[in-house]
Amino acid sequence: MSDAGKPGNGRSRTRAAWEAGTLASSVARSPERPGAFTTVSDLPVERLYTGADLDPTWIEGEKLGFPGEFPYTRGIHPTMYRGRFWTMRQFAGFGSAEDTNARFHYLLEHGQTGLSTAFDLPTLMGRDSDDALARGEVGREGVAVDTLADMELLFRGVPLDRVSTSMTINAPAAVIFCMYLAVAEKQGVDFAKLEGTLQNDILKEYIAQKEWIYPPRPSMRIITDLMGFCARSVPKWNTISISGYHIREAGSTAVQELAFTLADGIAYVEAGLAAGLEVDEFSPRLSFFFNSHNDFFEEIAKLRAARRIWAHVMRDRFKAKNPRSWMLRFHTQTAGCSLTAQQPLNNVARVTVQALAAVLGGTQSLHTDSFDEALALPTEAAVTVALRTQQILAEESGVTNTIDPLGGSYFVEALTDKIERDAMAYIERIDAMGGMIDAIERGFPQKEIADASYHYQRQVDCGEKTIVGVNKHAIDGERRTEILTIGDDVERAQLERLNQVKARRDEAQLRRDLAALAQAAASGENVIPFMLACVRNYGSVQELSSALVPVFGTYREVSIL
Amino acid sequence: MMAAVEGHVGEERKLRLLVGKVGLDGHDRGAKIIARALRDAGFEVIYTGLHQTPEMVVATAIQEDVDAVSLSILSGAHNYLFPRVIELLRERGAGDIAVFGGGIVPDEDIQTLKAGGVKEIFTPGATTESVISWVRANISPRPLG
Repeated sequence: MSDAGKPGNGRSRTRAAWEAGTLASSVARSPERPGAFTTVSDLPVERLYTGADLDPTWIEGEKLGFPGEFPYTRGIHPTMYRGRFWTMRQFAGFGSAEDTNARFHYLLEHGQTGLSTAFDLPTLMGRDSDDALARGEVGREGVAVDTLADMELLFRGVPLDRVSTSMTINAPAAVIFCMYLAVAEKQGVDFAKLEGTLQNDILKEYIAQKEWIYPPRPSMRIITDLMGFCARSVPKWNTISISGYHIREAGSTAVQELAFTLADGIAYVEAGLAAGLEVDEFSPRLSFFFNSHNDFFEEIAKLRAARRIWAHVMRDRFKAKNPRSWMLRFHTQTAGCSLTAQQPLNNVARVTVQALAAVLGGTQSLHTDSFDEALALPTEAAVTVALRTQQILAEESGVTNTIDPLGGSYFVEALTDKIERDAMAYIERIDAMGGMIDAIERGFPQKEIADASYHYQRQVDCGEKTIVGVNKHAIDGERRTEILTIGDDVERAQLERLNQVKARRDEAQLRRDLAALAQAAASGENVIPFMLACVRNYGSVQELSSALVPVFGTYREVSIL
Repeated sequence: MMAAVEGHVGEERKLRLLVGKVGLDGHDRGAKIIARALRDAGFEVIYTGLHQTPEMVVATAIQEDVDAVSLSILSGAHNYLFPRVIELLRERGAGDIAVFGGGIVPDEDIQTLKAGGVKEIFTPGATTESVISWVRANISPRPLG
């Protein structure tokens, strides 16, 4: 940067002259559109950005650096998408394990390069399909997994040494992961060859997604046990995907999504250190998961700011030495909450814009939502369009030919700086509360999100924010869209399978394994090998989860309106 | 767990509304927005919090003497949960408590649920204003007793 960017110099005089002359006379003839110009999260947007809008301390070398180098603002790889495209990873899971297995094979045959598993609500809550609260929910929002028998069917014919798998599961993540390990054993695949990601981010459950079993502190213990186990035995596995996605879906702003996610990340690093792990031993396996919403530049700036903040946190605050610990790697999913049930094909356009923002933000993998997701689970046709959207961006649009094409844009850089500053201010407030666990216990992030989501809804209701097809350009009497329906037979079949498995297994051995697991939890031993023993003997998700309740307790939320 | 919130005082008895989350579904963004909007519109609102069984919701509705129960369901379990709540209300002699709700509910399911006694179902994109005016037009105070 030369002096030309600083206030009071030649360039800003030129701008002042432009404002007084050309601009003023134009605005006098035809004024700008009424209302405030803001991002979807309400950050103000100026008419024009020039070098004068950049922070006076903005030095290209420090703020941007080069791709693959600290602070990774421009991307974590030296070649980015010139080397290889992002991983196209469509989240799938519905009905029975057989149904989802068929969808997995369909996606792999159509060029998808990684799998992503959605589990049903009972599984996510650590409950079996025969639990009273599971009624009506089995196989609805994802695949039902009760025991290893379901997991064997889910990954039948999928070579676990050649496909990377992401599993969206949190409270019972360690149990499901042990089932995956047990499937690998049966396939004869060495744990060291397994690649994939476990979401395993319990903190955002208390903040946003609300699927928990134990209170925060014992939950963190299971996570650090898993980090330790994987560092030794499953070295290529991403043990945690620190997720802003659900925080955003719960109604946060872009800045809150970023700040709370990184504050969660800080809490996991602190927990790992407190458990006696070396920072560079587990930090390279931490990964992140962000939302990509409608506001194109805000999303790109958020993702660029995320990398820069994390690089500084890891190097300067936690003194990590390994550059892999500094790099923020992330998955992105387009914003489910931005999709409308009205005129559902409009969602194809929304998803395209959001996916493009994720790509220009430098994502490592991407899920594009299907246009019918505000109506029901996606049909195969809708999933195909969503995957094709990614392929068109990668192979037709040309945006993958150069690295960080928006780097150096006055607006994008100014917005990246602004989002970084605002997110850091939140992180400092959370630090002052004693860290994220204390902040959660006080209801701080929960309240901030509830306020932001209510504020946004009011803006939509009064037309201050536009949703095309809903509060503007709406039409009456819309054509019906074909949707996917899940029959009740899934629940019945799942209950039958669970009963059969329970009848066949070695009950006495399982009881001993479960007792040993509870004993390990109480004594402070790493619980993962004990969980693995239980699932090998077809212990169920709920049996394992319940075995730990006497030691860990359960969580009840105080509702914040 | 319960968050009872007072609205401001009107001339006649204020409507008492229960906003509930039944089942395991943790998506509470919609339920919280609706609870807050109804409260801001002057109704008395009781929010159940998460992970309630139909039995718990019905017990709260009767104990709190509400005029209507509003359920938010985004998990796909609406075909089980709405009818179950209506059935339990009727069993407990409180069949006059209106049941309505919102969530990701396909059109054909809405028709079936309405035929089974659900008064209205709002889908994604409904404004809080539309919910408030619907409540004003369709829910009246139950006789106290």
